[in-house]
Amino acid sequence: MEFLSYLLTGISLGSVYAIIALGYTMVYGIAKMLNFAHGDVIMVGGYVVFIGMNQIGLPPILAIIVAMGVCTLLGIVIERVAYKPLRGASSLAVLITAIGVSYLLQNMALLIWGSTPKSFPSVVSIPKITVGTLSISGETIVTIVVAALIMVGLTFFINKTKIGHAMQAVAEDKGAAQLMGINVDVTISITFAIGSALAAIAGALLCSSYPLLQPTTGAMPGIKAFVAAVFGGIGSVPGAMVGGILLGIIESLSKAYISTQLSDAVVFSVLIVVLLVKPTGLLGKKIHEKV
Amino acid sequence: MKKIIGTVLAAAMAFSMVGCAGGAKSDLPDNVICIGGIGPTTGPNAQYGTAVKNGAEIAVEEINAMGGELQFAFKFQDDEADNEKAVNAYNSLKDWAGDKPFLVVGATTSGCTIAVGAETYADGIFQITPSGTDQECVKYDNAFRTCFSDPSQGAISAQYIKENQLATKVGIIYDSSDTYSDGITRAFSDEAEKQQLEIVGKEAFTKDNKTDMKVQLQKLQSAGADLVFLPIYYSEASTILKQAAEIGYQPTFYGCDGMDGILNVENFDGSLAEGLMFLTPFITTSQDQKTQDFVKKYQEKYNDVPTQFAADAYDSVYAVYEACKQANATSDMSAQDLCEALKKAMTEISIEGLTGKSISWEESGEPNKTPLVAKIENGAYVLIEQ
Repeated sequence: MEFLSYLLTGISLGSVYAIIALGYTMVYGIAKMLNFAHGDVIMVGGYVVFIGMNQIGLPPILAIIVAMGVCTLLGIVIERVAYKPLRGASSLAVLITAIGVSYLLQNMALLIWGSTPKSFPSVVSIPKITVGTLSISGETIVTIVVAALIMVGLTFFINKTKIGHAMQAVAEDKGAAQLMGINVDVTISITFAIGSALAAIAGALLCSSYPLLQPTTGAMPGIKAFVAAVFGGIGSVPGAMVGGILLGIIESLSKAYISTQLSDAVVFSVLIVVLLVKPTGLLGKKIHEKV
Repeated sequence: MKKIIGTVLAAAMAFSMVGCAGGAKSDLPDNVICIGGIGPTTGPNAQYGTAVKNGAEIAVEEINAMGGELQFAFKFQDDEADNEKAVNAYNSLKDWAGDKPFLVVGATTSGCTIAVGAETYADGIFQITPSGTDQECVKYDNAFRTCFSDPSQGAISAQYIKENQLATKVGIIYDSSDTYSDGITRAFSDEAEKQQLEIVGKEAFTKDNKTDMKVQLQKLQSAGADLVFLPIYYSEASTILKQAAEIGYQPTFYGCDGMDGILNVENFDGSLAEGLMFLTPFITTSQDQKTQDFVKKYQEKYNDVPTQFAADAYDSVYAVYEACKQANATSDMSAQDLCEALKKAMTEISIEGLTGKSISWEESGEPNKTPLVAKIENGAYVLIEQ
């Protein structure tokens, strides 16, 4: 019974990682860049939802939709201003720019919303379900369902729609895609827009489960989710989902049965072992180097 | 193009250097002793630094308004609770003071106090921290503190829990990446063993891994802990309280001075903190006249309720004032002479402070005062009478 409750805690934490990881993996898969500012877009999403619900009094759903709009816009602006001029530059330069954007967002949030932590009201109004001594919070259920929906939706979108096909083409070969009449800039902008809209949802769900909202809220879960995405195979949408949930479970179980002091060490050891055995991650595709 | 950028950069550097040199010849009045304050006024621990800044400002204003020979100039620098930034803050304060006698009231958090302490010791500058609780904070003989040390907070808490029979089985959740939290936990465990207080679980989180505390809580719950000791800061504590409620775990929660401020977290559901107890030297609802005056002044000036950090800072400035009087300090002393004089004077004075009656200091830098325990009842801090 205890094991089950630790497992559930792990799944609940893992599903939050999974939602964030979906955003990471999508941007990486298509634009081939690590958007380290993703965690901070999540934080912005959290703040917008908070303001929408607490200061304007919007219902949760509406607040999330507003936040998705704001984050989409933010994502497009970041891409246009910070990443697009570096399209031809080395990936290291882009990576460092992304870290810069991350700090920029954190410090902007500090200026606008101040440093005092805010306690986030849950966007989920489903009561917790109790089975014997087990209790599953409404947030956990909603997070898992939403993560699964997003995964399915994204897979469908990428494989079945025209824009999705364009994204795949851009992912495979930017130059060739352009020759085929695909507007690479627009496609990448759309990728960022979708990734950032997902970040808004992730922000609302992250803060509903773990209610402390402050400018650094997105940073650590962002990095953990990045790890999850690598774990599952970066670039793979189902991989992000699997990686996120597994990471949450491993973290929770190692806290429960090994040591709370050592949990991060255990999590990252598992990651190292997985990457040694399977360098592309659990569900990662083997990359064919073209000569 | 590169050349232009280079020239511009060089010019900017030259300007900034001129700026520094200009800072040394400050526009400070002649007859002052300079007090530099350091603490986080931005970042996640901003509440602490802001309170220290405000509390010290009030004390300085009061002292200067008395119009005596002794006048203070006060400047506060933000360190974001970051050790490196604290040292930078200290250096810029030193520049600000120029050749005036200079001493430090700070830093606010333990890590920063230790970092600044190494510098003040090397420079021979007097330092009193209002709230740096780690043992190392007063390692050098030029450093004093107004708050309790971590070990004494831990030990006093264990004694208090035992004496008042608050619990039979105690669990601890602490931040293993934080010197403050780790220090208290050690002393608490040692004292608990002496007091034969049973510790059934000691669970940790780190600053990089603190979103989910449910596993820690579940472990303590299944170990049967009826009191959970939380030697941590209030922001993490608010997460723990919410998650404990989610899994239906209701032990007594008991914290230390870092817990002060939990009711100020915006939008925090105060009912979650109902019954929370914590060790504190200062409660705004105290009947003491001095406290009430201070609270009133603070509210008028800053439109906020002072925490113990503000009170500690206020007392620190008054301690400096008394020590300066005792040592006959003047504004033409060097900072190093002032430090030597104050080191001796601190052990000779006793002040009627906000955080304790007749606070005196040991040569080791530790204060002597009686601790108080507060409890949250109906969404407000209430002092438990002993």
